Amino acid sequence: MAEANTLSGNRGLMVEEPLIFEMGSPGRFGIDLPEPPPLDLDRLGGCRRAGPVGLPDLSEPQVVRHYTRLSQKNYGIDTGFYPLGSCTMKHNPRLSEKMARLPGLADLHPLQPQATVQGALEVIDSLADWLKGLTGMPAVAMTPAAGAHGEWCGLMAIRACLEDRGQGHRRRVLVPESAHGTNPASAALCGFTVDPIPAKADGRVDLAALKAKLGPDVACLMLTNPNTCGLFETEILDIAQAVHEAGAFFYCDGANFNAIVGRVRVADLGIDAMHINLHKTFSTPHGGGGPGAGPTVLSAELAPFAPLPFVVHGPQGFTLVEHAADTPESKPFGRVKGFHGQFGVFVRALAYIMSMGADGLRQASTDAVLNANYLLARLKDDLSPSFAGPCMHECLFDDSFLKDSGVTTLDFAKALIDEGFHPMTMYFPLVVHGALLMEPTETESRETLDQFVAVVRGLAAKARDGQAEEFKQAPRFTPRRRLDETLAARTPVLRWKPPAG
Amino acid sequence: MRYLPHTESDRRAMLDAIGAPDAESLFVDVPAAARLSQPLDLPRGEGEMAVERAFSRLAMKNLSAGCAPFFIGAGLYRHHVPAAVDQLLLRGEFLTAYTPYQPELSQGTLQVLFEFQTQVAALTGMEVANASMYDGATACAEAVLMAARVTKRPRAILSGGLHPHWRSTTETALRYTGLEADLLAPDPLGIEDLMGRIDSRTACIVVQNPGFFGGIRDLRPLAAACRQAGALLVVAVADPVGLGLMEAPGAMGADIVVAEGQSLGIGLSFGGPGLGLFATREKFVRQMPGRLAGQTVDADGRRGFVLTLSTREQHIRREKATSNICTNSGLCALAFSIHLSLLGESGLARLAQLNHAAAVALEQRLRGVKGVRVLAPSYFNEFAVHLGEDVDAAQVVDTLAARGILAGVPASRFYPDYPELAPVLILAATETNTGADMDALANALAEVL
Repeated sequence: MAEANTLSGNRGLMVEEPLIFEMGSPGRFGIDLPEPPPLDLDRLGGCRRAGPVGLPDLSEPQVVRHYTRLSQKNYGIDTGFYPLGSCTMKHNPRLSEKMARLPGLADLHPLQPQATVQGALEVIDSLADWLKGLTGMPAVAMTPAAGAHGEWCGLMAIRACLEDRGQGHRRRVLVPESAHGTNPASAALCGFTVDPIPAKADGRVDLAALKAKLGPDVACLMLTNPNTCGLFETEILDIAQAVHEAGAFFYCDGANFNAIVGRVRVADLGIDAMHINLHKTFSTPHGGGGPGAGPTVLSAELAPFAPLPFVVHGPQGFTLVEHAADTPESKPFGRVKGFHGQFGVFVRALAYIMSMGADGLRQASTDAVLNANYLLARLKDDLSPSFAGPCMHECLFDDSFLKDSGVTTLDFAKALIDEGFHPMTMYFPLVVHGALLMEPTETESRETLDQFVAVVRGLAAKARDGQAEEFKQAPRFTPRRRLDETLAARTPVLRWKPPAG
Repeated sequence: MRYLPHTESDRRAMLDAIGAPDAESLFVDVPAAARLSQPLDLPRGEGEMAVERAFSRLAMKNLSAGCAPFFIGAGLYRHHVPAAVDQLLLRGEFLTAYTPYQPELSQGTLQVLFEFQTQVAALTGMEVANASMYDGATACAEAVLMAARVTKRPRAILSGGLHPHWRSTTETALRYTGLEADLLAPDPLGIEDLMGRIDSRTACIVVQNPGFFGGIRDLRPLAAACRQAGALLVVAVADPVGLGLMEAPGAMGADIVVAEGQSLGIGLSFGGPGLGLFATREKFVRQMPGRLAGQTVDADGRRGFVLTLSTREQHIRREKATSNICTNSGLCALAFSIHLSLLGESGLARLAQLNHAAAVALEQRLRGVKGVRVLAPSYFNEFAVHLGEDVDAAQVVDTLAARGILAGVPASRFYPDYPELAPVLILAATETNTGADMDALANALAEVL
């Protein structure tokens, strides 16, 4: 293929961009600030900076162009289909962005007198009401900042409750092998040990094996439902019963809540605690890695242990409870972050929820499940589904369809990039070989799904036809081709340094 | 519903392709006893206009910071955010991207993170920084956990000048880990003895500079004492703007620097999301929590960026990971980075000077108010004042709020159990404060005291 080289290294819209530290000229300003008044004597206690920080000076147009060009090297949901399993990459409504920027919501300090922020406290309380209503749970801890943070919050509440009951010896947490890595990591931070539980051939928890693992030292089961194979745990009611009979709690990883909103209530499944990723299910933008929010719903038994602060609604309006002494009836396990939670994310999630309503949210889950089943049905003959349908909101394939082709799951994903699609989640969950996990979400049209199906089928045919070399070269049309991750890890270069001399 | 593309005929055709009679049949795995046959009894969806109206109504119930003389800080500072920051954040390629797991589709985010790490390292005077944590408080907790891993010691000493939320977040994080937190009493005068508490079990000392009550301390003697005892010095910074004027913690001997990055680019947003900054020495990098972007080359030998050293992280190491963090504050890191790029070396220095000058002007203005006593001799853009023996600062703040003045934070909001702190008020001044704001505050204080 003719790879025309240009003089600049640019290729039309694909423009090479240096690091910001390689630009700039001392004395430029990107912001006009007034001249500071002369200060005869500073009050810095002898700690005035001796040397420069080492930042480049640039003008506003340079900065705007730099970041605009960088943005063009990114793929977002706005760009195209993003079937990243377990991540719920759905459309991010722009109304939510607009609401979060209203000065009456954005320009508020969390330590203003509470009388001056009644509307903000009402936002938190309203969102909490929705989350309780949608899950059927009596309480929700609003402050966790992300999914993993919510897991930790839920497990801390469990640990605190067990200690309170005099059952601090319950330290073992049962986690399926298919779980997100955050689950065991969060458990470890609560002083728990992790004990894996196996799955059955149909991708679901082996109830008999679970029962065999339950015992007087088990603190809780951590289960993702629908699970990371995209399957609803059909025996969940029996699982919950067995866990409770053993005196343990049932924590649910709510990463896949998008499959079931308005279809089943978490409380009706016997779950004691579950975090909700607002940046997944309730459509707040993922922003290239956050910020998210992970409010954690709690059962009546765990609710008294919820962390500070929280909002209560009384005759005098809304009150933020910030100290244990102000809530004698409860036993908060502590505080999980600064201030009162991811408020900007709350505004966006609430705007989305109010736009959708109970009817729209139920339809969204239904369409999410419909879209995943549609992909499964249309790809099942060309790829190798790990489990028979129906699936929930995501469908899982293993790499047996690539057997003997010389093409790996990674190669297949990279070839999709050249075709203009973001790849599915690869090599997760760990329970199937060379996993390809696809989550289309409800905001994708049938046309998009059909285009994707045609490409995936075409690539599968190419792999069968022995065109492995083409896959190995992919991606060819991105700003950078395959990157050497081994080199990056072996010789870490984690920051720019000024050239020597 | 405007976010859902399917028509009824799309749904019918898709069900036919699946071979399912109806959508209900796709939920057959959900136990019938728990399945809902109707939408829940909650409000129905609304159009944009109705939702906007509802939020405007909520917004009107608040007194926004820009509508009042405003002197609140205490861990979160009101700075002017240039218009270009928010416009660039709204680029859909940044806003709607996931964590950069596919580097060929994420060179934008990855280069931003690499630049961000470089900026944070430069600002703090450290060798390496990560790609962000949730906020300053959680970064502080992670720093203590890391110090315990590095030193293999069980005890952290937390200064009484550390932000109370950072203290309690850290204490909570340690609660079931077998590690101990030695919490010093609140220290408005900056007279606590930290060095005397160091012993062979000390993993780290955590000290905020400037402190929660505003005072600045020279960290060098403390750093030397830590080094001698084999403990780490963790330095917390609440407003990184100050680093444009003050010596970097790294230059004063810090081993780990954690900070709240909200001051640059992010805005108040009622306290969340924030941006946790985390920087340390290169030799500790494999014990660091959080994501790291690193430089490498692509198949054609061109410079590019990837997430790296992920063998520290939960998706690889599971229960043995350095942290459980996954989603962090990527978009906030971008905002911080853009704002700092617009400022540059000269702009940051000037901004810091303007802040310090505003605080000095406020102090001078308040010295003329009878009964007001400034507590610490040094400060950057925030200081604590004592309003008089029998004065309840919380009541003063409420009285002034009713007059439309947001007059700082009473220390009792954080420390209700310390009656001696009841008259203490913490006041911040930034480049956003005018002389007229300061006059309004001083005049109102003079009237109510």
